Amino acid sequence: MGELVLKLPDVGEGIAEAELVEWHVKIGDLVREDAPLAAVMTDKATVEIPSPAEGEVVWLGAEVGDRIAVGAGLVRLRTPAQERVTATATAREPPMAAAGAAGHTGSGAGARPSAASRNEPPPAAIRPPEAVPSQPVEGVRHSAAAPHEGGKPVASPAVRLRARDAGVDLRQVHGTGPAGRITYEDLDAFLARGSRTAPVQAMQARTSVEDIKLVGLRRKVAEKMSAANTHIPHITYVEEVDVTALEELRAKLNLEKRQDAPKLTLLPFLMRALVRAIAGQPHLNALFDDEAGVLHQHAGVHIGIAAQTPAGLMVPVVKHAEALDLWACAAELNRLAEAARAGTATRGELSGSTITVTSLGSLGGFVSTPIINYPEVAIVGVNKITMRPVWNGAEFVPRKIMNLSSSFDHRVVDGWDAAHFVQRIKALLETPALIFVNG
Amino acid sequence: MKDMSCKLLVIGAGPAGYVCAIRAGQLGIDTVIVEAKKPGGTCLNVGCIPSKALIHAANEFERAARLADGKSPLGIVAGAPRLDLAKTVRWKDGIVGRLTGGVAGLLKKSGVKIVEGWGRFIDGKTIEAETEMGVQVIRAEQVVIATGSEAAALPNLPFGGAVISSAEALALTSLPDRLIVVGAGYIGLELGTAFAKLGSTVHIVEAQSRILPQYDAELTEPVTRRLRELGVTVLTGARAKRLAPKAGGLLVETSDGQAVTLPADRILVAAGRKPLTEGWGLDAIDLDMDGPFIRIDGQCRTSMRGVYAIGDVTGEPMLAHRAFAQGAMVAEIAAGKKRSWDKVCIPAVCFTDPEIVSAGLSPEAARAAGIEVKTAIFPFRANGRAMTLENETGFIRVTARAGSHLLLGIHGVGAGIAELSAGFGLALEMGARLEDIAATVHVHPTQSEGLLEAALKALGHPIHI
Repeated sequence: MGELVLKLPDVGEGIAEAELVEWHVKIGDLVREDAPLAAVMTDKATVEIPSPAEGEVVWLGAEVGDRIAVGAGLVRLRTPAQERVTATATAREPPMAAAGAAGHTGSGAGARPSAASRNEPPPAAIRPPEAVPSQPVEGVRHSAAAPHEGGKPVASPAVRLRARDAGVDLRQVHGTGPAGRITYEDLDAFLARGSRTAPVQAMQARTSVEDIKLVGLRRKVAEKMSAANTHIPHITYVEEVDVTALEELRAKLNLEKRQDAPKLTLLPFLMRALVRAIAGQPHLNALFDDEAGVLHQHAGVHIGIAAQTPAGLMVPVVKHAEALDLWACAAELNRLAEAARAGTATRGELSGSTITVTSLGSLGGFVSTPIINYPEVAIVGVNKITMRPVWNGAEFVPRKIMNLSSSFDHRVVDGWDAAHFVQRIKALLETPALIFVNG
Repeated sequence: MKDMSCKLLVIGAGPAGYVCAIRAGQLGIDTVIVEAKKPGGTCLNVGCIPSKALIHAANEFERAARLADGKSPLGIVAGAPRLDLAKTVRWKDGIVGRLTGGVAGLLKKSGVKIVEGWGRFIDGKTIEAETEMGVQVIRAEQVVIATGSEAAALPNLPFGGAVISSAEALALTSLPDRLIVVGAGYIGLELGTAFAKLGSTVHIVEAQSRILPQYDAELTEPVTRRLRELGVTVLTGARAKRLAPKAGGLLVETSDGQAVTLPADRILVAAGRKPLTEGWGLDAIDLDMDGPFIRIDGQCRTSMRGVYAIGDVTGEPMLAHRAFAQGAMVAEIAAGKKRSWDKVCIPAVCFTDPEIVSAGLSPEAARAAGIEVKTAIFPFRANGRAMTLENETGFIRVTARAGSHLLLGIHGVGAGIAELSAGFGLALEMGARLEDIAATVHVHPTQSEGLLEAALKALGHPIHI
């Protein structure tokens, strides 16, 4: 029997520490070589740490949510080999979606070791092979985490590709096919389970307090929000926009559109209006490097669209909106929203924005105070459209009114600039023909 | 010259590099490929393709020679064949020319820029290529190393004079009367067999105790038998010492310790291949190595960010189809897709006589991994199609998990069996069980029925044996 201490590998360029977001194993588990032990998250990605050898997990070096330094001990394995060795595993770059999906696929509380058991490796020898129900016992040990005999899940290349695209680790999927083969349907079922919500409990007074450690994407969002709010003196400006004409146009376009064209929401119109307004005020389409004191003003308009996904807040980015017409904006928006929801958006599609739009649709409320997507300098918040009586000079007429609540980085955007920008957008949206007229 | 910059730079246009570049081009990545020689690498120029051409010519010649002795059971009698090896080599060169030209065309069609020159790393993102026009500096966001491999030389038998590598053997325009092949791996056996069929007297010297030591003895036995039939002398457990003092021979220490001199006009050293890791600035970027190879992870990433390595330079098996698959995968990773190496098997073929196909685990390897297996062999002597082709030598063998019947390996040996390798690989990648093969209708009469029958036999109820 040998012991092997697995240290946290160098998971990325210049990264000194990573956050442990999930354990795939617990003390006492028998793991195979290459079985995933844990997932760690860096600024850039979530990375799976595979086991460098076969053995029994006798010690876990951190709890979910801990930040671990590169080179620090992560797992101790008791291996069949004689010598005691230290290994640095090769990190496995994982699908983006793993970051968000972690909360759904993980083994949750069962994987969190108590402090005592973490520090006291039990002196037990490797247990005999655990038989997997309905499968014959073979001469190879099964680990609890890997229900597939032989370690490698059995799946056709097409299923493997789809799992990879969806960010699913097939070792977590139960295969119902012959010899435990994972079918398309098994993957469907697994993906469907991922978004299942918890059942509602009956009415009763509850006194417990649950401590929920912020991990993974939630923690990233928290850090980013507090960085934005600490660094940026926000100025928020709210103006109402009469969108009656725009809504009429939109309804007409949707009625008469080609069948294969995407259904238009208000956002593509707003994106085109932003492009026009930015043409007059290019410094609002910029990233502010406050340490260097440099404003990077971008020629391309890359509009981030804050979107709620099952995994949490994500901001897919419509690149080069200045080069997309209304329909192309709508199509790209649909595609990205779908990808973000499905967890298949690539890192490239979730970064690189130069200005952001946040919209909660019918939940948009009357006024909001958007927080700038740091290090951008402007964010445009869309509030709910409501029918309101408007005095036209002779009588009250029903008009569709929508507020825009927009925040700006007051260090580089003066109040006058902010007001001018929003007024320009308002003018474009109220007379939508202006959006499409050149000059 | 004006510096170039690109998103993806591929060094080497062999099977790994050109596939990577074409796929990257298809995905819209701004790609440059650097190659000093003709595109296609070892495979197209001096490897797979030209050797298959020579083997085909040798088979045709040997067939004609058999018809000339008047003993053919088919009742065909033909005149004695003559060989114009220079013409054979021109025919082979024509095929190579069509293929390398085709690769260049495919690269251009997918929008890849080709820089003809020898590339060298300056740092992890910068390459200098020595071209005819001068030194071209290329800066890239991501670099793919696909420098390939070269024939390994023996220190006591350096290449030169009568001592040749496989590349030169494929370009010989006159037949050596006496050929010694050092090394009984697949390259040495393929070429040694071809020259024997063309009329050379061939000796094969192998240090290990049997031919094709990477394959199990059951598979290689028919090849050993056929070599004997062809009059090839195989010395196993023998060491090639040095050139005999007097010109035209090789000093060999045989398995019983005796020193003998074998006469030879040419000595083909086929002692394996080694990764090409010198001459292109590996020292400038200091990558982690895995023995003589560049260490890569499941996505072909090296120890340096943004630098990938694919193909022979990354290790065994040094096969073009592995390189193809790595190349395509890396292009897709560079395009932001989620990809990782998850192949169940990389099938391998020896174009010996008869051919050997290996896909997945052999019974021995599976048992050594602690797996309880079911295995069965179906011999071609019980197969109708094989009889009508005079191809009764060989068999197909299946290896499956004893419990679940999941196929772990499919192996075979027999004439023309290389073409069955696709089905073997597909069955393993799809996770087929013995029952899947057994329930698939196989065309009669074909040699592929051997797979069906082997699966049935493993299940305990073969029909035709």
